[in-house]
Amino acid sequence: MQNTELTEAEIELLQDKAQFVRLETLRLISIAKVGHYSSVFSCAEIFASLYYDVMSIRRGEPGWPDRDRFLMGKGHAAVGLFPILADLDFFDKSWLDNYTRLGSPLGDHPDMRKVPGVDFSSGSIGHALSNGVGMMHGARMQGKEFNAFVMLGDGEMQEGQVWEAALNAAGHGLSNLVAIVDRNGYQLDGKVDDVLGVEPLDEKWRAFGWEVHTVDGHDVVALTELLRRVKADKMRTKPCCIIAKTSKGKGVDYMESEPGWHLGYLAPEDTERARQMILTQNGEQS
Amino acid sequence: MSAPISKESWQYREMNTRAPSLSVLSDTLIELAEAGHPVAAGTADLQYSNGLVGFAQRYPDRFVQFGISEQNMVSAAAGMATTGLVPYVATFASFLGLLACEQIRMDIAYCAQPVRLIGHHTGISLGFYGTSHHATEDISTMRAIADLTVISPADGAQFAQLLRESATYPEPIYFRIGRGHDPAVYDPQEEFRIGKAKVHGIGDDITIIACGYAVHGAKAAKEALEAKGHSVGLIDMHTVKPLDEDAVRQAAERSKVILTVEEHNILGGLGSAVAEIMAENPGKARLKRHGIMDEYSLIAPPTHLYKHYKLDAAGIEEVAAALI
Repeated sequence: MQNTELTEAEIELLQDKAQFVRLETLRLISIAKVGHYSSVFSCAEIFASLYYDVMSIRRGEPGWPDRDRFLMGKGHAAVGLFPILADLDFFDKSWLDNYTRLGSPLGDHPDMRKVPGVDFSSGSIGHALSNGVGMMHGARMQGKEFNAFVMLGDGEMQEGQVWEAALNAAGHGLSNLVAIVDRNGYQLDGKVDDVLGVEPLDEKWRAFGWEVHTVDGHDVVALTELLRRVKADKMRTKPCCIIAKTSKGKGVDYMESEPGWHLGYLAPEDTERARQMILTQNGEQS
Repeated sequence: MSAPISKESWQYREMNTRAPSLSVLSDTLIELAEAGHPVAAGTADLQYSNGLVGFAQRYPDRFVQFGISEQNMVSAAAGMATTGLVPYVATFASFLGLLACEQIRMDIAYCAQPVRLIGHHTGISLGFYGTSHHATEDISTMRAIADLTVISPADGAQFAQLLRESATYPEPIYFRIGRGHDPAVYDPQEEFRIGKAKVHGIGDDITIIACGYAVHGAKAAKEALEAKGHSVGLIDMHTVKPLDEDAVRQAAERSKVILTVEEHNILGGLGSAVAEIMAENPGKARLKRHGIMDEYSLIAPPTHLYKHYKLDAAGIEEVAAALI
């Protein structure tokens, strides 16, 4: 069994992969000429931690029946997921070069019918936790023990269906279900707490019968060690919610300070400046 | 100490929990599970209304009680299907084809998950429960969703047959069924196939194309009009999508009039589906759509509503006679 504590090499790998996600996001959006940069930047470490450490998956085998599942309620961050799926040999890396072009399987939202490795399609906010709930019922009915990790946006907490699913997961004791809320604080129309407040978030999930943890979503060590502990805990009878405190646009200073970057386009020279910023920042961390 | 419950009360309860043409849902699912099909079932606080309590007791590990959360149930059924199961989820049609329409489109149909949606107590069969519980738009919404098969069985025997076929049918299905007290039309041995209309003859004067509960009244109307010397045909279009276009074209070429009858708004349902085919394949027949005339249904016991909206035998006969 895996240790909870990360080695230096594991930490370096996860930091590299988070940086890879940010850089590839810049590259892909420069092809599409518009995209959700900052929505990916807030969850780059979550992607890295799950796909390169926590989840049981097999390189090149996206349909392995016993794999852990990943679902994203905030489907608009798929541009950060696709490079990982290609990196894991789920599909040819050349697909990325035609991101969003006519007929490409890769669009703004992940599509399970078009992209090997996408465990469920998304785009309509609020469905994913229910999809994950269904997967866990299906697993239980067939005596399977895989987990489902469902990444949700914090604006998504405003969708009623999320709470229907939360109630179901706790009521039926779906302990292999893990929700991760990317608490970056922003949604399209502004600050989540200005648009329609969702706090106290931890108390809400707890009141719905979930085990709740709060973590710095950019600290790969704390995040990954927590996820490892949560996955390894076979005594838990409740589903688990991790509130990952993140920063929208993390890694590019002007995106962090300007929430309007939820959706945008960087001219080539700004893309290059952002790229340099991301490269430098990772250097400083390690 | 509670007082003993009178026999009359029990009879009423029995009548409501053993609706004959609905009990086939649970019975057929048990049969499929026993035969080794990977079926699962779920409902949203209506296991007594739809009879799934029977399946739940027999296969508790293959059943999920969702409580009153229809949208969650539909999305979860899609997730469940990705693990290799064929989930059958049931609730009132108004809360399935209307309330959870977007979840059906995105998670079931677009994602091509083999889920079977059972919208029961459809049309106006919930009588005095009123508009919130009536579903006179569900064929319309479900028919507009690509890759979704829409089936409106005439009775329990037909429903059972089509349920059996659904166990291995490749696409998602929306079944639209009544409240279980629908009169029997068919013998249990009669055979049906998804997508293939049951043609009870093509009439020279008129051919009625009906689905669901209306088939019973249409069949009686056909017999009554034939006794009066008319040439009357009837097509039971149990599968509204994909529509048996050949059956429609044949009737349109031979009959003077096509009358569609459905327990549904005349907009978007069976009548519209038939009209689309006739408009693109002009034949001899003119068309009359009969059903709920783009209005919200009244409050009344179901049988009174069927009479009021001319969806019973006498009403359909009257509408058809006026067209001959």
